[in-house]
Amino acid sequence: MSQEAAVFGETSPPGKSLYTPFNVIAGIILIVGFVITILRFTKGLGAVTNLDNNYPWGIWIGFDLMAGVALAAGGYVTSAAVYIFGMKRYHSAVRPAILTGFLGYALVVVALHYDVGRPWRLPYPFIMQQGTTSLLFEVAACVALYLTVLFIEFSTAPLEWLGLKRARSIVVRLTMVLTIFGVILSTLHQSSLGALFLLAPSKLHPLWYSSYLPVFFFVSSVIAGLSMVIFESTLSHRYFAHKMDETHLAEKEGVALGFGKAASLVLAGYFTIKVLGISMDNNWHLLGTGYGMWFLVELLGFIALPCFLYAVGVREKNLCLIKWTSGLTVLGIILNRLNVCLIAFNWHLPSDEKYFPHWMEIGISVFVVTAGIVVFRFIVTRMPILYEHPDYKDSH
Amino acid sequence: MMEIQTLQDFFLHTKSITYILMAVILIGMTGFWLFLTDRDED
Amino acid sequence: MSVSRRKFLGWLGAAGMGTAFGTSANAASNKHFTGYPDSMGILHDISLCVGCRSCEAACNKVNELPPPEKPFDDKSVLDKKRRTTASVHTVVNKYDNAEGTKGPVFVKTQCNHCLEPACASACFVKAFAKTKEGPVSYDPSVCVGCRYCMVACPFNIPTYEYDSAFSPRVMKCTMCHSRIIQGRLPGCVESCPKEALTFGKREDLLRIARERIRKHPERYVDHIYGEHEMGGTSWLYLSNTSFASIGMREDLGTTAAPNLTAGALGAVPLVVGLWPVLLTGVYAMSKRKEKIAKEEEAQAVGDAVAATKAEGEEKLSAALAKAGKDKDSAIKREVKKALEEAAKAQKEEAAEAKTEEDA
Repeated sequence: MSQEAAVFGETSPPGKSLYTPFNVIAGIILIVGFVITILRFTKGLGAVTNLDNNYPWGIWIGFDLMAGVALAAGGYVTSAAVYIFGMKRYHSAVRPAILTGFLGYALVVVALHYDVGRPWRLPYPFIMQQGTTSLLFEVAACVALYLTVLFIEFSTAPLEWLGLKRARSIVVRLTMVLTIFGVILSTLHQSSLGALFLLAPSKLHPLWYSSYLPVFFFVSSVIAGLSMVIFESTLSHRYFAHKMDETHLAEKEGVALGFGKAASLVLAGYFTIKVLGISMDNNWHLLGTGYGMWFLVELLGFIALPCFLYAVGVREKNLCLIKWTSGLTVLGIILNRLNVCLIAFNWHLPSDEKYFPHWMEIGISVFVVTAGIVVFRFIVTRMPILYEHPDYKDSH
Repeated sequence: MMEIQTLQDFFLHTKSITYILMAVILIGMTGFWLFLTDRDED
Repeated sequence: MSVSRRKFLGWLGAAGMGTAFGTSANAASNKHFTGYPDSMGILHDISLCVGCRSCEAACNKVNELPPPEKPFDDKSVLDKKRRTTASVHTVVNKYDNAEGTKGPVFVKTQCNHCLEPACASACFVKAFAKTKEGPVSYDPSVCVGCRYCMVACPFNIPTYEYDSAFSPRVMKCTMCHSRIIQGRLPGCVESCPKEALTFGKREDLLRIARERIRKHPERYVDHIYGEHEMGGTSWLYLSNTSFASIGMREDLGTTAAPNLTAGALGAVPLVVGLWPVLLTGVYAMSKRKEKIAKEEEAQAVGDAVAATKAEGEEKLSAALAKAGKDKDSAIKREVKKALEEAAKAQKEEAAEAKTEEDA
């Protein structure tokens, strides 16, 4: 077993036990996060954030919510590919993708509790007054429903782990319905996250503002989902290879090649509609400005380049290149969400009035991501995620 | 019913109905799919 | 939505006066909404404002807001551009180098009380509403604190009580709704010593504003800010300099906020209606393909088995035939051998007999 595998392994021998580098770093982050959490909920948002009246949304929305939801798209993308489009050869990728998706959405909801002013009122849109003209209502409804769908989809793993065969068979019978619901709900809220900004044409820079925003967000979520599956599978293989069964190991390369090819194709489409977006709004002249340069960095460096690199990787069966490209693509999606939500937002404001996150905001974001990794590790080392439970082989 | 005077109120009215219809559609479609296919042999 | 005779005549009148009224609300199958009839508004004549900050003081008092850091008669605060905050619902800003003016220009800023408020369109708990009297109201008892209203507001007006841990509210000008209902003037209007603020029915205010522009074309810019901006606002502005040069954006457009998201909201039910059809269709096709593939596989396996069987049989019969042949040749060989042996024996016998004869 490699050193990393030993660090991340499920059980450490007693004696040297708990004080592994991973545990120590994660522990420190969790403690700091805990302290900031207490500050946030006793002193208010003002005490831990740099949010102001011009920038009501910071990185807890721009990164944790916007990027978080996009990166958790692997769940619906993979289950749709396998169950709806019938690509059975990617079956072993479904469970890790669903788990990543479920944890992603769960953490988005956790992060939201930090961001909204009165988190205990989060159910109000459903139980008190329905502001149905708000795209945020649409997002809230879909995220709540989709989190439930993901939980049910994921529940097969703990049910197998706990040996509850009857409950498991009920859930398995629901697979198709859940998958289709998942795709509908994801289409809706992924696109609606972009549509949130349709209401602010005077605040979002015209290069990013487009009536195509919902389509951009939906298409890029597919790219994010595909890339996250490759990215997550790379990391999993590095740290949890001993947990993978032969099917998983055998299908792994096929998953990277197939998903890399799909991501390349969708990136090409995304690039095309982004360019068409500039054309539709006649924004060519803005490309020469400072924001235009930054837009081109995103368009060429984080959309066109990964599209090309994926294509080369797939043609040459270069798995290493595909893996690195998946990381680049994921960064590109995060950059896009930050651009729309923070950087190109309020572009009229002088630079000294622009927002930069407080270190405690970053602290909470890191805390949330770390919590996700710790829970992922806990689940993957115990439940049948990267391998099939021996009792249920060939049951799909 | 009070008369609708603003576009906002009009949308509020139509979207609220639409949301209820959407819930009905999602459940109804599932049922219809079962009705459509339950005599398929396989 | 009713088209009363009076309103219809009003439209005719509006058309006759040559004002384009139809830019604001044209979505939803040409349904046209003109907002609450007789709703109130305030006209701010920027050319009359002297920057005395009386309105700020009155606003602070009427709304029982916390006392300011510097007193309201301290004019030095005007040197720095300010915006509304959670404890300041209105601010007056000074612009020294406004286009075509000699002295400084003072502009009062507060919630414009849109006819189709972006904050109301954005709110997912309906905390904001356009009231029939004119003000856009806010209900803190349902507010979750998502602050999407602040993102949505084109005028950057709503503020948030970031320092409150347990009951933070969105704060903005209420147009003194409660006072209006009582028949009193909003605090700021009441306190203005220069009549830079006029309260009245929005339609009357528009008429007054047009009249002022007509009478003093040399004094005013020929534009009533708020008449059409973002679908129109209850606050209206007259200015002696270009609005862009005094911090008021002229690029907001005339589209009412609900129309900005109408397309995206309209796509939602379409996805709900058609995605299940599309997805189950794809599923059915992939399942059918799979079934055909399976059948073909089964067929192929059957054929292969049959072929193998046939081949096997052929081999067997060939083996049998060979075995038969082998048997035949063996018999022949044996017969031949036997015959040869017999012939040999005969020869030997004959030879024996011959020797016996010779002897």
